[in-house]
Parts: sequence; C-alpha cells; structure tokens
Amino acid sequence: MSIILHIGRYFMLLRDTLSRPERVSLYWKRTVEEMDLLGVKSLGIVALLSVFMGAVITIQTSTNIDSAWIPSYVVGFTTRQSTILEFSPTIISLILAGKVGSNIAAEIGSMRVKEQIDALDIMGVNSAGYLILPKIVASVLMNPFLVMISMFLSIFGGWLAGVGTGIISTEAFIEGIQYDFDPFTVIYALIKTVVFAFIITTVSAYQGYYTSGGTREVGISSTRAVVYSDVVILIANYALTQLLLI
Amino acid sequence: MIEVQGLSKRFGTVQVLTDINAVFAKGQVNQIIGKSGSGKSVLAKCIVGLHKPEEGKVLYEGRSFHDMEAEDMRGIRQEIGMLFQGSALFDSMSVLENVMFPLKMFSAMARSEMEDRAHVCLKRVNILDKDALYPAELSGGMQKRVGIARAIAMNPKYLFCDEPNSGLDPQTSIVIDELIKELTEEFNTTTIVITHDMNSVMETGENIIFIHKGRMWWKGGREELLHSDNKELNEFIFASALMRQVKKAMIKNG
Repeated sequence: MSIILHIGRYFMLLRDTLSRPERVSLYWKRTVEEMDLLGVKSLGIVALLSVFMGAVITIQTSTNIDSAWIPSYVVGFTTRQSTILEFSPTIISLILAGKVGSNIAAEIGSMRVKEQIDALDIMGVNSAGYLILPKIVASVLMNPFLVMISMFLSIFGGWLAGVGTGIISTEAFIEGIQYDFDPFTVIYALIKTVVFAFIITTVSAYQGYYTSGGTREVGISSTRAVVYSDVVILIANYALTQLLLI
Repeated sequence: MIEVQGLSKRFGTVQVLTDINAVFAKGQVNQIIGKSGSGKSVLAKCIVGLHKPEEGKVLYEGRSFHDMEAEDMRGIRQEIGMLFQGSALFDSMSVLENVMFPLKMFSAMARSEMEDRAHVCLKRVNILDKDALYPAELSGGMQKRVGIARAIAMNPKYLFCDEPNSGLDPQTSIVIDELIKELTEEFNTTTIVITHDMNSVMETGENIIFIHKGRMWWKGGREELLHSDNKELNEFIFASALMRQVKKAMIKNG
C-alpha cells in the first residue's frame, strides 16, 4: 500500500478517534486506567535511564573539557542544557515509543485478530474512539510529568556522578545548572513531549488497528509501531526545533 | 426481516460475492451454508456492515443499511447481537463485565439493574457462578455461551452467529444449536447462522441458502435440502461419512 493511502487512512482513523464519545464516564474510567498503564508503570524505566544518562553526560562533558580557560561550571551547564533540550523530551520519548508504542500496537492488534474490534463495531460502539482516545489523552497528560521527573533525575544523576567521582564540586555544578537559564527551554521541551506523546499513541494505535492475519502479524505491527513512531518523532523533533528555537 | 438484494463484493481484483439475493425471515433460524472460502462469512460481514458491498443493498425492515447516516447505522447495530467464531469476548473483562458491556455503553440502567440483566442472560445460557472468571479461564463451550449471553443482553432484534459450533465437541454443539433455536423463538429474532456443520443444519436450519464460489447456488428448507438434485449442494452435504450413511438409508427406505 502506498504511503499516501497510509497517511489518508491514518487521518481517517484520527477523525473517528476524536469524534464524540458515546459515554464520557466510561471513556474517563478507561483514561485513568491508561494513565496508570502507560504513565505510572513507565516511571521506573524513565527514572533509571535518566539518572544514568545524566551521570554519563556529566562525566563525558568533564573528560572532554581539559582547557584551563573553560570554567568547571560548564559541566553543570552542559548537563542541564543537554537534558532539558534533548535527552528528556526526545530520548525518553524514543524509549517510550519502544515500551508504550509496542504495548499499544500489540494490544489493539490482538483485539483485531481476535475479532474483538469487530464485536465493538457491531454493537454500535465507535471502536477507534473507545480504544484509542483514552490512550492519547493518558499519554498527552502523563508524558510531560514523566519528562519533568526525567529532567530532575538526569541533573541529579549528573551531580551524583560529578561530585561522587570528584570531577566537579557541588557549588560549581549548581552554578552551572543556574547559569543563563532560559525558562522557555522547559516550555519548548514540554511542547515537544506533548507532540511526541500524540505521535507515539496514534502511530502505534494505527499499526494495531489495521493489523490483519494472526499472531505473527501482531508482532510485525508491534515492531512497525516502534520504528515508525521513532522516525516520525525524529522528523517532528527537527521541525519543532526549527519552529520554536530559531 | 433482513433482505439482501443483488449484493456483490470484491477485494481488489478478487470477486468474492456475486449478485446475492436472499430474504432472512423473522422468528426463524436462517442459515448460510457453504464450504470454507465460499464467501459466506463475507456475506455475513456485508449484512452487519463490517464490509461495504460494491453493488446491491441490505435492507433491515425495508431500510437500506449502507445508505443510512452513521447515527442510524449505529442505531441498527445496537439492535444486532452477534456471536463470533472465536467468541470475541474482551480478554481484560470478567464474564459479568463482558455481558454488561453493551448495557454500560448504551443503556441508562443503574449498575444494579445492569447486573440483574446480565445475570438473567447468563442464567439463560446456563452459566452460573462464573461472574468473576476471565475468558481465558473458560472452556470453548462456555466462552460461546457467554458470547451468546452478551449478544442477547440488549434484547436484539437480529442475531448473527458465525460458525457457532467451530471447535466444539458434538454434544456441546447440540447444546449451542438448541440454545440459538430457543432464543430465536423466545425473542422472535431474525437469526442468521453461518455454518458448514451439517449436524447444525439438520438440527436448526429452517431457511437455508447455499453459497458456492461466491454465488447463491440453492435455497430452501432442511427437508428439501436432502432431496435436492443440485450437484454442488449434494457434494457439500454428503461430504462426511455420516451424511453418506444417511443418504444410503434414505435410498434404502425409498
């Protein structure tokens, strides 16, 4: 199938997904469940990655700066900038595309091959809305929190590694993370996060929703969900950076 | 009553159904029979609106289903109960939640009323004390019965059963067949059963259409079925050893 057809079908699915819910209370209940599944249950991996990535950024920055002309607080400054601008919003979203995206595609794909989506359609339920909308809302609400937690833990991990290994003092690190701080960078990161959350859920749901065949095809859809979400995130990252920062 | 007029369906270049005309009567078990790949499931999916035919019409009480506005189409769908080949119960919901699901979506009942209605449906299909179990914890026969309970939860006017006996032992198959027949009479539904199980055809078939190579090859009642001189139909009916024995006995008894 050509890419034009996929894009057209993706937007038609979005139209169905975003149409008026039959029962708002039931959709909200599902949204809360999805917030737990897609958001709270991702906290562990996000925290672990953030602490270690912050630590690595600090050590690498420090080892690559060996000029006496560059003040030591630059290590803290670089850790903050790398974390807020790219690591937390983009890399964490790419990781979530792997964890959450594959989960969404596999769940919806299994429902498709087991005729559960047909059952919803025949009952008169808007299957796209019922299955996908709560996931979109949950991700769009939860991912910014995950990313803010990631920002904090990454900088904390950087401080821990920097001070722990003796490459920077606490004072210099704190001076660095406060130096020339522009609050808009956080807003920019959160805008990116919301857009990436939408991409992860909708691209993955699209792959799952149009699965046909059996369990093998569910696996293929799951892989495609991750790959396509990552590609679209990278393209969107470039576009948003150009739009918001230049 | 459901009427199919000149229905044709193709997927890409493959013509699956050609000019199907049929009437499915109310209060009867109507059956669509045919070999695997003959197009009977596609016909059923066209009738319930999961596939849109290229040509022809499906009329529910005289109203063309595929020409309706989306809201009206949803209204008709809420009057349809369907039992799927694989039951299609929602894995993440318990037995009780599965049966209550259509009520939660479309009725204004209080939770206690929904539970009462779900229990009535479950009792009707002889599933007792299994409320908290999940579909994976049920046998194939029980899953089918819960599927039927879910299908009748909204008091449907139309009941569709896609291969209701597939994967079931002969005894359980008879139980399911009898249940479908009883429910059809009890609720006066227009029931359409898609099957290739001749035992089921002989047990419950009242108004039968035979699909062969995407065309309607034959229609009639179960008595006429055994005496038909249609070559393709006879090949289908008497494919099993059991049915060949029946044929021999019929010839022997004149």
